[in-house]
Amino acid sequence: MEWEIVIGLEIHVQLATKSKIFSGASTAFGAPANTQACAIDLAMPGTLPTPNLEAFRSAVKFGLAMNAEIGKRSVFERKNYFYPDLPKGYQTTQLEAPIVGAGTVEISLPDGSTKSVRLHHAHLEEDAGKSLHDLFSSKSHGMSGIDLNRAGTPLIEIVTEPDMRSAAEAVAYLKKIHSIVTYLGISDGDMSQGSMRCDANVSVRLKGEEKLGTRAEIKNINSFRFVERAIKVEAERQIDILEDGGKVAQETRLYDSDKNETRSMRSKEVANDYRYFPCPDLLPVVLEDSFIEEIRKNLPELPDAKRERFEKDYGLSRYDAELLTQERASADYYEAVVKGCNEPKLAANWMTGELAALLNREELSIEQSPVSPGHLAGLIQRIQDGTISGKIAKQVFEAMAKGEGDADAVIEAKGLKQVSDTGAIEKMVDDVIAASAAQVENYRSADPDKRPKMMGFFVGQIMKASKGQANPKVINEILKKKLDALL
Amino acid sequence: MHQLTIADMVSGLRNREFSSVELTQHFLKRIQALDPQLNSFITVTEEAALAAAQAADTRIAAGDAPALCGIPVAHKDIFCTEGVRTSCGSKMLDNFAPPYNAKVIDGFNAAGSVMLGKTNMDEFAMGSSNESSFYGPTKNPWDTNCVPGGSSGGSAAAVAALLAPGATATDTGGSIRQPASLCGITGIKPTYGRVSRWGMIAFASSLDQGGAMARTAEDAALLLNVMAGPDGRDSTCLDKPAEDFTRNLHESLRGLRIGIPKEYFSEGLDPQTEACVRAALAEYEKLGATLVEISLPHTHLAVPAYYVIAPSEASANLSRFDGVRYGHRCENPADLRDLYMRSRGEGFGEEVQRRILVGTYALSAGYYDAYYNKAQQVRRLIKNDFVEAYKNVDVIMGPTATSPAFALGAKSKDPVAMYLEDIYTISANLAGLPGMSLPCGMVDGKPVGLQIIGNYLDEARMLNIAHQFQQHTDWHTAVPGMAA
Repeated sequence: MEWEIVIGLEIHVQLATKSKIFSGASTAFGAPANTQACAIDLAMPGTLPTPNLEAFRSAVKFGLAMNAEIGKRSVFERKNYFYPDLPKGYQTTQLEAPIVGAGTVEISLPDGSTKSVRLHHAHLEEDAGKSLHDLFSSKSHGMSGIDLNRAGTPLIEIVTEPDMRSAAEAVAYLKKIHSIVTYLGISDGDMSQGSMRCDANVSVRLKGEEKLGTRAEIKNINSFRFVERAIKVEAERQIDILEDGGKVAQETRLYDSDKNETRSMRSKEVANDYRYFPCPDLLPVVLEDSFIEEIRKNLPELPDAKRERFEKDYGLSRYDAELLTQERASADYYEAVVKGCNEPKLAANWMTGELAALLNREELSIEQSPVSPGHLAGLIQRIQDGTISGKIAKQVFEAMAKGEGDADAVIEAKGLKQVSDTGAIEKMVDDVIAASAAQVENYRSADPDKRPKMMGFFVGQIMKASKGQANPKVINEILKKKLDALL
Repeated sequence: MHQLTIADMVSGLRNREFSSVELTQHFLKRIQALDPQLNSFITVTEEAALAAAQAADTRIAAGDAPALCGIPVAHKDIFCTEGVRTSCGSKMLDNFAPPYNAKVIDGFNAAGSVMLGKTNMDEFAMGSSNESSFYGPTKNPWDTNCVPGGSSGGSAAAVAALLAPGATATDTGGSIRQPASLCGITGIKPTYGRVSRWGMIAFASSLDQGGAMARTAEDAALLLNVMAGPDGRDSTCLDKPAEDFTRNLHESLRGLRIGIPKEYFSEGLDPQTEACVRAALAEYEKLGATLVEISLPHTHLAVPAYYVIAPSEASANLSRFDGVRYGHRCENPADLRDLYMRSRGEGFGEEVQRRILVGTYALSAGYYDAYYNKAQQVRRLIKNDFVEAYKNVDVIMGPTATSPAFALGAKSKDPVAMYLEDIYTISANLAGLPGMSLPCGMVDGKPVGLQIIGNYLDEARMLNIAHQFQQHTDWHTAVPGMAA
């Protein structure tokens, strides 16, 4: 039996507005508990919400970036349930009339193919506070702490159609959303701080079957890696159940990253009846066309457009262009390097190669890169003008990464300048030929087609003798001349 | 001094006939002497009142007196008052002193008025008799065996007994007009959105509206002047500049077309009450107005629609009272569920619990369309009735309540009978229209109110219409025996 995995995502993105969606309290992360919650966030009696225009602007930006319909008349509703970190006893959210309607976005897959994923809608809502169970439970007789700093932080919840067919597609989609919201500057997209959280609806069905299987909703997955692992392990669980003749229960599950398993949280059938109804404290929000057009006019270049431009202007492969434009910061870094060295292909190779490896190893973001775009451009220039070889360049790069100055300073300090002096190289070539009688003999007796390949041995010896500093181009020229003279 | 109107007091203070401290002391003494019979106040803020009066006298002496400088007023205990208990008539908030003022309170403070205290009310403004208050019922000054009406019964009784020359109140389904009628005073509920709801504890957000109670239409206008106006903190507050509601008081009523809805004079209306209202209408004819019979065909659906919409909104509005952050919390909760259930079960009275249950039911999956959605459709029909009617008339009049004040306990065991108390007043809330009640007669020693429903934003006109009536009649000057 061949199984197909069907995935829909619900992504919560915290908007980077200065103040909360319905109050003037700050949204900054990391303040001491309950210091950024005003009377409105605490749901004190008689307080009322006032909508934050900036949150609407952000949501409209997102909608336009997703080629989605913009809800010109959106309505806030109350989603009723009791929980201590939900001060009003309801969450103010949108249901029937969201601010962003249907749209599509294209994702690129690791195998180089692309795929369209449909957006069902995206709506504005307020975040809840945080319940701190672990902090208090051991000391305080099972009491929990409540931190309402986050309560009222604006979110957009992005809901897809069940269009994804593998964990890799889900991750690609999530990365695309991350890319779009950070390009737009509407969110910092920091998953580790909860700025972006993902729920995955996962079901499986036999390939060819049209009816969707029963789905489980995996809640609050907080990294790209966990999204991939959670979906895989959940799909395996469901396939095991079905292959054993069982039935998948419709329920909410939690992903435990330590055990790499999903666990039942609560059954959907007995879940809350949220009793949604339009919030009478907030009037329907009507957006003028001019408001939307103003935002459209000022949209930044988005990842897809930037990728296309990189392919066209810099002659990059789609793969490289995609890689470099996924994060706005990478794209900006890349363009700064190109500006400094005018070598788009070398710049791309260095960024996707050495730089990516360095950042990965040190667990740094591109913004935290110890090698600045200027330094990388300087290095590439020294390769181009023959001052150093590509091989020595790696050594220079590592030194720059350790903060030993720019390329020129490192080359100078370590004496890594490439030797292009023909006299010096000629001597080294002569020495190597003299010391390698057997190899010279083989070369002479070899089929002429095979000779160029056999030159590698001599080049290697000469490079070794020069400690890698001899200019390979000059070596090749002289060596070929001298060997051919022996024929 | 307590017989003076607010307008008289303003000029008396400016002319130094008496000081605000004297005036305030006088009313505080009356409260002390008479309120034990009425229970119209939950909290009397004597010290703060005297300090405010002193400050007002200083400003008057300096010639820097704002509109209501030195005028004592009472505030319904639904308006948040910084540092002063704001209970909303509930055990739930018996221990609650807000750290902020309602917009309305800020308005009165800026106008220099002196708060005497906080008045009794039905719990969370849910009731028409003041009997659901955690602090015990308020009595009607005209007959202390009778209810004052509700939910602003404390404010109405205090004004009627001359314990305060004016008071704030709120009206969700008739809570200003019905007690004004039963206590023989003048009360106005403005157009929805005229008065900010910031700091006014919510019952049903789309219906709640703050307003004023006083003995005369002119005084009510003076109070409304400092209450109305835009407020960025309330999204439903109208973006209309503050206006002078006294500006039309002296205009003639010649040519005024008064709509008389036949549905307001049907079965259920006490004949003696009807006679008083008819006599008042005849008085208006004498003043040059024309009576036009009209129909508001969906009137009979107002009470059922209201008792779906108001409890639905209330069920969510009252969810914040969960024992977690403020208000009543039960002793030694075993777990979260126990904390919620006992805190709310102990903190809320029977009527509040009943309405939360009704609202929760109406919003439940599978019932939403049949109840909430249907009620909203009815609401639009009711509004359309008025829009149609105002094509032919300038104002609508009828009785405020079906009868004069009823005995304490007479309806408290029968919720539906109590709900029908608001049969003539609820429509104005559903439509968002301004409404007034003014005294227009007496039945067996108890006052009868005439209701005026105006078109949107037509408060100044309504106050003019009420004022002209009061210039030619003296029902509004009658004082209950206990207060004389």
